Amino acid sequence: MQLLANVLIDGLAYGMVLFIIAVGLSVTLGLMRFVNLAHGAFAMIGGYVAALLTREAQWSFWIALPVAIAATAATGALLEAFVLRHLYRRTELEQVLFTIGLSFFLIAGTNALAGPQVQLIVLPPLLAQSVDLGFRTLPAQRLFVIGTGLIVAAVAAWTVTRTRFGVWLRAAVDHPDTAATLGIPIRTVQCASFAAGAALAGLGGVLGAELMPLEPYYALKYLVLVLVVVAVGGMGSLPGSLLAAVTLGIVETASKYLASDWGSLFFFLAMAVLLAWRPNGLLQR
Amino acid sequence: MILLVIGLLAWWALPDQLGLVTRIAITALFVLSLDLVVGIAGLATLGHAALFGVGAYAAGIFALHLHVDPLLGLMVAIAAGSLLALASGAFLLRYHGFTFLMLTVAVAQIVASLAQKARDWTGGDDGLSGFTMGPLLGLFEFDLEGKTAALYALVVLAAGLYVSRRVVDSPFGLAVRGIHENRARMAALGTPVVRRLLAMYTLAGALAGAAGGLSAQTNAIVGLDSLSFALSAEALVMLILGGAGRLHGALIGTVVFTLLHHTAASINPYHWLFIIGAALMAVVLLPPQKAWAWLRSRRGAKA
Repeated sequence: MQLLANVLIDGLAYGMVLFIIAVGLSVTLGLMRFVNLAHGAFAMIGGYVAALLTREAQWSFWIALPVAIAATAATGALLEAFVLRHLYRRTELEQVLFTIGLSFFLIAGTNALAGPQVQLIVLPPLLAQSVDLGFRTLPAQRLFVIGTGLIVAAVAAWTVTRTRFGVWLRAAVDHPDTAATLGIPIRTVQCASFAAGAALAGLGGVLGAELMPLEPYYALKYLVLVLVVVAVGGMGSLPGSLLAAVTLGIVETASKYLASDWGSLFFFLAMAVLLAWRPNGLLQR
Repeated sequence: MILLVIGLLAWWALPDQLGLVTRIAITALFVLSLDLVVGIAGLATLGHAALFGVGAYAAGIFALHLHVDPLLGLMVAIAAGSLLALASGAFLLRYHGFTFLMLTVAVAQIVASLAQKARDWTGGDDGLSGFTMGPLLGLFEFDLEGKTAALYALVVLAAGLYVSRRVVDSPFGLAVRGIHENRARMAALGTPVVRRLLAMYTLAGALAGAAGGLSAQTNAIVGLDSLSFALSAEALVMLILGGAGRLHGALIGTVVFTLLHHTAASINPYHWLFIIGAALMAVVLLPPQKAWAWLRSRRGAKA
């Protein structure tokens, strides 16, 4: 019982981190049709900025977190504005090649700047303590992660489906020329959504640092997991990504607790089964 | 033919770098098999290392427990690679595009996890070692300098290239190319699409298995990294670098990538990723013609 609760809570937290990182990728891949394999690197940048600020500069976590998110958003926006927008009309293969190259570049850069060791983010006392829920106690950090994940899911879904910006985004994706003729600032929309996706990846990198240790190869190591979430959830589908992330997060955590010597076998087995069952995403027939 | 000549020249001219020549030949064979899947059949895969690794482990286990003859071992590796390709292909080829790509990743990771778990057979994280190869054809010993190994790898690569070339130019190869270009039309023309693709995937599995077997026999060790995602991704990068779908592109890409890796790693072993990353971005951003013109003008200025 105790074990089951542990698996569920940790799995939920892990799934939420995967979801927060996957949202941006799902939007760029599914809505903007841009294959961005450097997305893992954005999460890494967020995590590293937070780690360096809290540890070296002794900043409070609550200040470092928004700064880290802003830094990733700015990186994403600058990259989009100067380089990536020229690649939207190229073939997928060229996009893959470029973004993989960018990931390699950032991995090497991180290694050169911060060294190969694992980075730790100093948590504030509020998150480092445990919370008594009456029937059991939990690390506050897990609750914070789960709560943030739910808020991100709600805000993202609301933005895409209910706001003017969401309408613009979908219009700019479906028919850029018509959208531009109708007076929609498609450049701003594309740049802003890319930056928002990068910012969320940065948030996920900071929140997930306890579950997914920050090291230079982070960018590629967890990219596969995030791609899996996007594929299983269905590209561009936010509820699908959430469901897929939580399911796979719980499967991965359960197999780590119960059958750690099997590696990631069950994670990928679950993925293969889910994909074979619903090739276009969990919530799409 | 030209390949054999260049290979032999390299073998003769660089006696100190025979290990590198061997590695290039093996990797080229692996990338060649990837080209059959990605370039010819048009199926983007990131799980090709599974076929390589299975061949490597098959050759290693065969040499350790049954027989030390390298050619028999190579046959076993080929059989293992094509069997896995046949089995996994029968499942994978029912899907397309991004779903197919992610499923290949899943299959490769499942194979890697199983190899890690089956410690008694594969040695798990420690790798499989402790086997020695008998002399090739009963005549040529594998020496420390690696002369036999390099020649052996080159000859197998040439054979693989010849087979691939013949297959790609055959009516069967044309049918597979046709499926790549227009799947619906080929199906309408009466081509059994999935069966053709499966046959091509199995052939690619045989070549990848052969490459894995070669790597096991020449290095005398098989590690879990021969099944890793990184190997699949690197092979894909090499293929795209050299140009997919033309067979010799696979060889060019491998040579360029491996030489770049080798040079960058010997200058600064930790940051070769830096250089390869920059090179990849440059390839996409700069139109190739411009880059060639720039290189030529630079060389002209130097000379």
